[in-house]
Order: sequence, then C-alpha cells, then structure tokens
Amino acid sequence: MNWLRSLMMPAPGSSYASEVDDLYMLIFWISAFFFLLIAGLLSYFVWRYRRRSADEVTPHISHNFKLEVVWSVIPLIIVVVLFFLGFNSYMNARVGPGEALEIQVRGKRWVWEFEYPDGMRTLNEIYIPVNRPVRFVMSSEDVIHSFYVPSFRVKMDVLPNRYTDLWFHPIEEGVHTMLCAEYCGRGHSDMLAQIHVVSEAKFREWQEQGDERMRTMPLAELGKMLYESRGCATCHSIDGTRREGPTFKGIYGESHAMRDGSTVLVDENYLRESILEPQAKIRSGYEAIMPTFQGLLREREIAALIEFIKAQK
Amino acid sequence: MADVLTAPPEVGRRHFEPNYLNERRGILSWLTTLDHKRIGVMYLWSVLVAFLLGGIFAMVVRMELLTPKETIISADAYNKAFTLHGAIMIFLFIIPGIPAALGNFVLPLLIGAKDVAFPRLNLASYYLYVAGALFALASMIFGGVDTGWTFYTPYSTTTTTKVSLLTLGAFILGFSSIFTGVNFIATVHKLRVPGMTWFNMPLFIWGLYATAIIQVLATPVLGITLLLIVMERVWKVGIFDPALGGDPVLFQHFFWFYSHPAVYIMILPGMAIISEVIPTFSKKTIFGYKAIAYSSVAIAFISFLVWGHHMFTSGQSDLATAVFSFLTFLVAIPSAIKVFNWLATMYRGSIDLKAPMIYAIMFLLLFAIGGLTGIFLGTISVDVHLHDTYFVVAHFHYVMMGGTVIAFIAGLHYWWPKMFGRMYSEKWARPAALLIFLGFNMTFLAQFILGSRGMPRRYYNYLEQFQPLHVFSTIGSWVLALGLFMVGGYLLASLRKPYDAPDNPWGGKTLEWTTSSPPITHNFETTPVLTHGPYDYSPQEATR
Ligand code: HEC
Ligand SMILES: [Cu+2]
Repeated sequence: MNWLRSLMMPAPGSSYASEVDDLYMLIFWISAFFFLLIAGLLSYFVWRYRRRSADEVTPHISHNFKLEVVWSVIPLIIVVVLFFLGFNSYMNARVGPGEALEIQVRGKRWVWEFEYPDGMRTLNEIYIPVNRPVRFVMSSEDVIHSFYVPSFRVKMDVLPNRYTDLWFHPIEEGVHTMLCAEYCGRGHSDMLAQIHVVSEAKFREWQEQGDERMRTMPLAELGKMLYESRGCATCHSIDGTRREGPTFKGIYGESHAMRDGSTVLVDENYLRESILEPQAKIRSGYEAIMPTFQGLLREREIAALIEFIKAQK
Repeated sequence: MADVLTAPPEVGRRHFEPNYLNERRGILSWLTTLDHKRIGVMYLWSVLVAFLLGGIFAMVVRMELLTPKETIISADAYNKAFTLHGAIMIFLFIIPGIPAALGNFVLPLLIGAKDVAFPRLNLASYYLYVAGALFALASMIFGGVDTGWTFYTPYSTTTTTKVSLLTLGAFILGFSSIFTGVNFIATVHKLRVPGMTWFNMPLFIWGLYATAIIQVLATPVLGITLLLIVMERVWKVGIFDPALGGDPVLFQHFFWFYSHPAVYIMILPGMAIISEVIPTFSKKTIFGYKAIAYSSVAIAFISFLVWGHHMFTSGQSDLATAVFSFLTFLVAIPSAIKVFNWLATMYRGSIDLKAPMIYAIMFLLLFAIGGLTGIFLGTISVDVHLHDTYFVVAHFHYVMMGGTVIAFIAGLHYWWPKMFGRMYSEKWARPAALLIFLGFNMTFLAQFILGSRGMPRRYYNYLEQFQPLHVFSTIGSWVLALGLFMVGGYLLASLRKPYDAPDNPWGGKTLEWTTSSPPITHNFETTPVLTHGPYDYSPQEATR
C-alpha cells in the first residue's frame, strides 16, 4: 500500500516525517474500516428492509444495553490509544537535541529572513547540512505567519510578540519548499522559501563563499549592507558624529594618534587589522570595547567593508 | 412506489380552513407578525438568500483556483471573496439556518404549544438578524473585508478593509442568536403539552435545547471579542496588537472559545433533524432514545472545553495542547454513539426512500467522513502537518455542509408540506440529490489529498503540482451547484400549485402531523392530547 501513502503525502524529508505518516496511515485504515462498516450496514439495511407495503409492522426495539456499551467503549479505547500515539510523536518533535544548528527566522509581509549563528543573513532561501538537526527560532515583524515545510511535516506559527521555535533533522539532500500557513494578506500565497539540504562539505563551501547574491553584489554595496547588519553602525557613524567608536567619515588617509603614543596612517592594512584584531592598536580617546570580527566575516566581506569605509569622504 | 399524495386514512384534510399563511394578508401582516410560523418562514427566506450569496462567493473562489496565479480576480478580491463566503455562510446561514428557520416553525408544534414563550422577543431576534445582515452587506458595499471569517489579530486590527462594519454585523447577529436561544429554552421548559415529560419529547427538541444552551452561554464571548477588535481599531486600545502592547494569541483563545462550541451550534440541530427523519421513514422506534438525548447534552458540555485544538501550532504550551487533544477525542464518542443509534434504528425497519430519507442517508455517509477525518486532526502530531491546509477545509465542509446543510435540506423536505401545504416533486428530488452527493464529494474529497500533500488554505496562488486536484474540485463545485439549483427549482415550483399536502404525508408520530398542512394560526384547534410517544410505531407499544 505504498502507492496510497505516496499519493496522500509528499515524500518524507526527515525521519520524523515517516513517523507522522505511519500514524496518518494507521488512522486512515481505522477510519476506512469504520466508514465501510457504516456504509455497508447502511446499504444493507436500505436494501434488506426497504418498505414493501404501506402497512408493514416493525418490531419495537428501544435499546440494547450491551450493544450500546460495546459501541461506546470500543471507539473510546481507540481514540485514547490514538491520543497517546499522537502526543508521543508530537513531543518527539518538540524536544530537540542539544547540539543543533540554530537559525533565526523573521517573518514579515511577505518575505522570510534567515540569520545564521555567524551573522550571515539570507532572504527566502537557506542552506542546511544533511543529517544535522536544525533549530529555528522565529518571530514576526508584523502579523502572524506560520512556518510550514510539508515534506518535514513541521509547522509552527510565527508571532509578532514572542519567539516560537521548531526543529527538524533532514535525512536526504534535496530542495524543499517552505510555505506560510497563516493567512497574512495579499502576498500570503507567495510567501515561500527554498530550503536546500546539502552535504556537509557543500554547506561549508556555501558558508565560506556565500550565496549567489552575496557573491555578485558590488563591494561598496555589500559593505554598506554589512555596516548596517553587522552592528558597525551602532558604534560608528558615517556623518562625523562621535559614538562609542570614531566616525568613519574621512578617516581613510588620515593619521591617527594611538593610546601608546604612536601615530598610524589609516590605510587598507590598518583597517583590516582594526576589524579583525581591534585590540592590537587602540585609538587614543576611545575605550577598547570593539569586539573582534575574526571568523565572522568572509574575505570578500572584509574587502567590502574596507571599500565602504574608504568611500566615506 | 406508494403515492405520496395519499394521506393515511385517519387524518382528514382541512385545507379549506384559513391557515397561518392566508388568514391575514399584506406585507405589513408579515412584518409585524408574532406568529412563530411566520417568523420561521421569514427566517427561512432570509437564510436561503444568504446561502445563495455565500454560494456565489464560493463559486467565485473555486473558479479562481482553477489555475494558479490569476484566473478571474486579483489577490485582494480573492481574499475578500473567501472571507465573505465564510462569514456569510457561518453567521447568516448555518447558525440561524436550522434553529431560527426550521426550529422556529416546528418547535412549538412538536411540543403541542401555541407559540414560543416570548413571541415579541422572537420577532426582535429576526429584526436583529436583518440588521446584522445589513451591516454585513454594508461592509461588502464599502469595499469588503479581507481577514478570513476568523478575524485573526493583529491582521484584523491593522488591515484597512471594512472589518469594523462586518464585526459589528456579527456582533448584532450574535444577539439575534442569543434571543432565539433564550426563547427556546423557556419554551421547552414551560410550554410542553401536558403529559409530555422530558424523555417523551421528540429528539429534535433535545437537539435544539442543547443548542440553545450553547448559544446563550458562548455567544456573549464572541460579542465581547468582536467589540474589543472594534475598540482596538477605533481607539487604539492595546488588547491584541503587540504594537500597542497586546497579545494576538489571546484573540485566538477568545475567538475559539465561542467558535468551537459554535461548531456544535451548527451540527447539533442537524443531528436533531436526522433523529426525526430516520424513525419516520423507517417506521420504527428510535434506537437508544436516552443515549441520543444525553449525547446532545454531553456534546454541548464538552464542546466548551476543546477550543485549543484550533491552536496546536499557535505556540500554546505543550501541556495545553495535550489536554485539548484528549478532550477533543472525547467529544468524538457521543457523535459516534449517535451514528450507531441511527443505524440501529433502521435495522428491521420499513425503509421508505423518500427525499428526506435520502438526505438523511447522505448525511450519515458524509458526516461519517467528516467525523472520521476529525480524528486525524485531533491527533496532535498529524494535526501539526494538516493544520491550516485544505485537509481542514475539506474536513469542516464535510461536517458543516455534508452534515448540517444536508440535514437542513432533509428537514426542509420533511417539513415543507407542513410549512406550505404543498408536496414537491419526488421525481425531481432524486436526480438532484444524486448530483449534490456526487458534486459534493468531487469538490471536497480532492481537498483532503490537496491538504495532506501540503497545500495551505487561503492561497490565491499555488504550486503547479496541485493544479489537477484543484481543477477536479472546481468541476465538482459546478455539479454541486447544479444539484442545489434543482432543489431550489422544484421546491419553488411546488408553491405555485394549490394546497395538496395531506396533514401527515409521511406517517409521522410527532404532534406537528396532527394539525392541518399548513397549520392554522393557533397551531392546534384544541390542546393536543398525547396518546403515544414520539416514535411509537409498533401497535403493541402504542399504549406505553
Ligand atoms: C561595540 C562598539 C563597536 C562595534 C560594534 C564596532 N566597533 Fe569599530 N571601534 C570601536 C571603538 C571603541 C574603536 C576605537 C578603539 C579601537 O581602536 O579599538 C573602534 C575602532 C575601529 C576602527 C579604527 C578606526 C580609527 O579611526 O582608527 C575601525 C576601522 C573599526 N572600528 C571598524 C569597525 C567595523 C568595520 C565594525 C563592524 C564590522 C566595527 N568597527 C564595529 C567600537 C566598535
Ligand atoms: Cu503569512
């Protein structure tokens, strides 16, 4: 009866999906049995006891205690068992393993925004390694959305005022469609994202080089995006105002006095060092509070940030 | 085939006397009437108009889904179409359909009363219905609403469409529903004919009584919730919108606290009709009278404790989810018991396949599918996959349309001769019923598969792979519509004939069949005397 299963459900993309399908099929067969029982008896009675003459006399059967107990108790047992099975597999899906890849999800009309632990962001598309559990921590920027991946049999609402979470464990490489399942207006049915389940090696490659968009965007533009998304903007202005850190305005080519008394020319090398090892040289008049971005930025991204800073004249 | 026009010999014809339809004439005599029968008839025409309107929206929705992307209307128009389809069908058709239209007409007759307990309240309820309907109409004329009939926040408190008008309409309709409920409770308690004990009442009364209790207890919660939405929209009071400090999931709790019991406001009266039709056309005592009666009350009670099963993926706690799932399974049991009781009633009966019985059988089959697919949705892990997909859409259409609407049609055929004094064409009734059955199953069976395969509901656009099933479903909707129009056609056609219905065309044992068809204004010439129970068909038991 595999054809029936694959007629009704999309191909399972996680081990949990087959667990749900098993239960689905179990309920299907129980329902089919009861439906055929009801339909069978009904047809038989309609035919067997059809009215033959207007003055037919029927027996007076008002109740039958034993029979009534039987048909109350049997369904009761069945549904209690189904309740436990359903609850059990639901809890399997709720309680995730400790070491999962954690991805932040923001839903907003009508796009999905993802953020990886290293700060990388993507839109309507994610790459995840096969055979490694992934956990999604989700929130919404506007109305309620719902994160739904049919092939993983998972769904969780994405709310504007708190975090919800969901995880799954992909077992096969491939592309899966994720849909918004909570009605959210005009673009609701176009609020889709692609989930690429890839090998560990491919995943690392993607992490290092980024996706198509990041790879092809002009450097200065990418730099501006990173300046905003990686938090540089909270400490560095581009209009000359002083925040926690010095402004980026016009610093390229200047000579700066350091805390240890030396003077440094702001060139590409100094900029690079400031980003990757901010503690190496501390500019005088500022606290040494800048976090290091070693390992959090790809080569191209560092180049992009430098390009961006150089452009702030 | 026995001729439907032959009355059982003991009942005379009294058509020539003035009846409730022709004793007073003129539009004013209708608009100011306090007669439960006339109010029931006004309700009947009104809910049928609503059914037509809601049906047109359904056809538009199905048409749009014939292809992915745009078929006939824009995404915005589509969102409004399915919202109005749902809101009209639920608030203007299904909820008032059986209780306020058929129930109003039949309930006093069934208990041998002259009228309901509070005739003026009854008329007020009808006018509130009209007022609520006008608000709903206004919301459509001024641009429509695009929230879905569920009005989920914060979407509903932030969209620019006419949500306030429609929610105020639903609020007013809620009061109309409460008035009917209060009236029925009082009527059942106080106006039963002498000798009719609680366990001697027809089961239709039990069903309406259980419904009335839910109407009175649950509807106020909906009213308050909808008012809160209006307050949030108009005065920016932060209740549901997180941007104002509210909690959107709170709305879902409030909403389903009403709307789940409301599901039983819709289905209990349907079940109640089936409990009348099956004994009459099987000419046999109902099996398990008390079990059916208690089941109605049990359903009414448990229905208040299961609302959270609409929210398994809303982020509510896992414990709450488990409890709601368990209670949901419990509510399945009384429904199953009823189905088995109806089947047992037919066992060794004398089954006559007249139109009402055909619809009752259709009800059994479709409601069985609706109920059994509910088990999928009650099972938490399976529901997580199926929630908010077409599986749910198919499931509740099997319960609401396959159950309630089919039962409504059964009841309409059953009491039509009593209400209007005319027999409809049994010859046309059969092919129409067949078309409805086929069309309905085509439309909605396909949707179970769509849903299991991952097609979310309320989708304007969809993945290519789903198209064949959508096309099948849309074609089914045309067959279904054709069948329904046929029913409308032959029922209306019967009204052009002179009175030809016997007082008791089906050989029923309940009191409404002892008066003339159509009944006289005061229902009975003298207070009826109970000589037998509502389902005493066998002669040896007639004295019980
Ligand atoms: C928590 C605040 C903070 C953040 C976030 C931060 N910085 Fe800094 N940054 C500082 C401070 C304070 C200094 C000056 C002290 C020092 O040299 O370490 C500084 C210095 C620098 C300098 C040297 C400037 C000069 O005039 O000598 C560069 C270049 C720089 N940061 C780049 C970045 C970039 C690029 C980012 C984002 C990827 C970033 N910073 C994020 C606080 C921050
Ligand atoms: Cu959404």
